[in-house]
Amino acid sequence: MNFKEKLERGDFVITAEMAPPKGIDFNHIKECARALKGRVDAVNVTDFQSAVVRASSLGGAKILLDEGLEPIMQITGRDRNRIAIQGELLSAAALGIQNVLALTGDHPSIGDHPEARGVFDMDSVNILQAATKLMNGYDMNGHELSGAPQFFLGASVTPLYDPLELQIIKIKKKIQAGAKFFQTQAVFDIKIIKDFMKRVENLNIKVLVGVIPLKSAGMAKYMNNNVPGICVPDEIIDRMQKAQDKTKEGLTIAAEFIQQIREEKICDGVHVMAIGAEENVATLLDMCGF
Amino acid sequence: MIISQNKPFEEILGFLKNSEKIVLTGCGECASACNSGGEAELIAIKAKLEDAGKQVLAFIVPETSCNYLLVRRDLKKIKESIDEADAIVSFACGDGVQTVAKQVKIPVYPGNNTLFIGEVERVGIFSEACRACGDCVLGLTGGICPVTRCAKSLLNGPCGGAKEGKCEVNPENDCAWILIYEKLKELDQVYKLTEIREPKDFSKIAYPRTLNLRNSGGGAIK
Repeated sequence: MNFKEKLERGDFVITAEMAPPKGIDFNHIKECARALKGRVDAVNVTDFQSAVVRASSLGGAKILLDEGLEPIMQITGRDRNRIAIQGELLSAAALGIQNVLALTGDHPSIGDHPEARGVFDMDSVNILQAATKLMNGYDMNGHELSGAPQFFLGASVTPLYDPLELQIIKIKKKIQAGAKFFQTQAVFDIKIIKDFMKRVENLNIKVLVGVIPLKSAGMAKYMNNNVPGICVPDEIIDRMQKAQDKTKEGLTIAAEFIQQIREEKICDGVHVMAIGAEENVATLLDMCGF
Repeated sequence: MIISQNKPFEEILGFLKNSEKIVLTGCGECASACNSGGEAELIAIKAKLEDAGKQVLAFIVPETSCNYLLVRRDLKKIKESIDEADAIVSFACGDGVQTVAKQVKIPVYPGNNTLFIGEVERVGIFSEACRACGDCVLGLTGGICPVTRCAKSLLNGPCGGAKEGKCEVNPENDCAWILIYEKLKELDQVYKLTEIREPKDFSKIAYPRTLNLRNSGGGAIK
């Protein structure tokens, strides 16, 4: 049973996230993939995450597929116009990639090639629209395809956003454009995700709440100051500060959060973003009892 | 207004490496208003060029440097200097430089960088508000342009990147979409945000663009 079927059936699903390497050495990703094989339902492959040059998400997704994992190929509008996005989606489908997460993309100014021109020909909503049209056998301009792809489309959402109504309006557009599942920005405060789920309960969407295992108190403070939509509460920063083994405490905090999400049926699953420490994801799953 | 700014002086000197006798032109409209090509600026630049060993034969501030006929009329006033000069430096917007360059047989160099179409917020303070996208969306966005004021020119609402109402690309800028939302709330038009906007039709702004009122029968609604 694949990611889509599990989510549709109402199983609690777990996804992880991996970034393709900056270079052609995929050994680390492959090792992490082997450690997670059979333990997560799907793995997001980021698309030039943070506007940094790396191997592409299509390449990364294909390598995960070959390792026996189910990839969720992320695709942004930052680096490709509508012609390239449609082409990338068709290539992905032909290679056996079914799950696609459409994102607008970070601005090039935050990445390692800040001089690059940001494309933004299409935003996340438009990418979902394009993918939906491809699934119906036509390109965006109505030209017939020789063989239509089948995708399970997803999108992202930031539950901690002011004004939240703006995010809700955009979620509705994404649903209308074809999004079936949502993965959220990392959440650390259970109240934030509970409030958010209340706001979207009548939309009938599948939500995987984002989880980032902390590595240090400094990391938490850095994210609070610099990453939009992330707020690590003071008591969690305190726990990190007092802990002897920071990595273990970060994983414990994440495990407690995930267990509460599952036990109280707050969301349909979790999306674990280990940001460079993918080797810890298996440990986290052990701690959760998965 | 077209906002422009003087290039670094060294860059201008670089253009003039093999030129001794120079003519300067400015612009009586936008470049004068943003202190990059008015009479006072040309006088100051003339002095700097002379300090650098150049001979400035004449300078003139055409009434409007982007108007072909007005530029032709004004250049005639300094024809003799132009005939003798090795080069012209034009302190106008990029359009103004080209309008001058079309009409003379010597090199015309840009003295300015053309920055943006802007609003004069106060004297000396300019901000970009329109990117001439050819298909105005202001009617849907409470009179605030997302094509210009959102760093990604998004049409379907904000990305997740705003922090306390500010843009993650430049925290000095407000998130355009939060401004739009607040404005539409005031106008009781938030419903305008709920409809999906298709990607922009860039074929409408394939450049270089021209407009011929004589052929098209005028720019006004009939």
